Amino acid sequence: MKWGVITFPGSLDDGDALYALREVMGQEAIALWHADERLYGVECVVLPGGFSYGDYLRCGALARFSPVMKSVARFARDGGLVLGICNGFQILCEARLLPGALTRNRSLSFICDRVALRVENASTPLTRLFSVGDVIRLPIKHGAGLFVASDEELALVEKRGQVLLRYVNAEGQATDEANPNGSLNNIAAIANETFNVFGLMPHPEHAVEADLGGEDGLKLFYSLVAEDR
Amino acid sequence: MFVTPREGILDPQGRAVEHSLKSLGFELVSGVRVGKYIVLELATESPAQARQLAEQMCEQLLANTVIEDYRIRVEGE
Repeated sequence: MKWGVITFPGSLDDGDALYALREVMGQEAIALWHADERLYGVECVVLPGGFSYGDYLRCGALARFSPVMKSVARFARDGGLVLGICNGFQILCEARLLPGALTRNRSLSFICDRVALRVENASTPLTRLFSVGDVIRLPIKHGAGLFVASDEELALVEKRGQVLLRYVNAEGQATDEANPNGSLNNIAAIANETFNVFGLMPHPEHAVEADLGGEDGLKLFYSLVAEDR
Repeated sequence: MFVTPREGILDPQGRAVEHSLKSLGFELVSGVRVGKYIVLELATESPAQARQLAEQMCEQLLANTVIEDYRIRVEGE
């Protein structure tokens, strides 16, 4: 499968995402540039973490106007796979390719931690190698990861099974104590209505080697690869 | 344009500021919301047109209406 990882001004994790895809997984992965509209025939677009455009105005608000995002929006509408990680998730919400919004953590602090997450829907391209209820561990590092949506929208997102991962405790329960940032319903990852656009605050690209913080991230990437077959 | 967290949306910043104001002795304070104040000039003589343009700017970029409300003040209106 051919992957493309976008670099925006201020992206940080584009290199790690390319490393995970190329070096660890042996996938074909190319770097995409924010100012270049072309997607070069990639089958999955990754919007990496970081601080695109310095987080000016709101996290992700300005990246949406990059030339490449026009193509990403068209690609997503045509059913192409799009994965936004952390700042990438924020960008996809701002671009209205995902529902809701991400705002300042309730603690007002930047969080850098490793968290437990429970798989809520295992029949999506991003989660198909898991079973519902599986608990995985991934790193998080963000200042604005609090997922919010209107009551109406949140109810729809829940009802349609668009919630993919929830923050949980060691026993797999989505408690308030296990919620690192105050996200509504402990939501850590969601999909769009057509299940081809995904956003998650945790970083799968930082969890691809057993010696360096675990491999749970790999399985998310491999799920997308399996989708391609 | 004044952009503030929407009613009903948790505003941790506003809450922290409210707490601090109370600890300074401002017991009468409640409902603190912390937002943004955006000032700009528009090359038009028409306050109505200025307001309309400002509204479009807020809807399309300056506010995220999922989480933020906005108010507009036009000089000369």
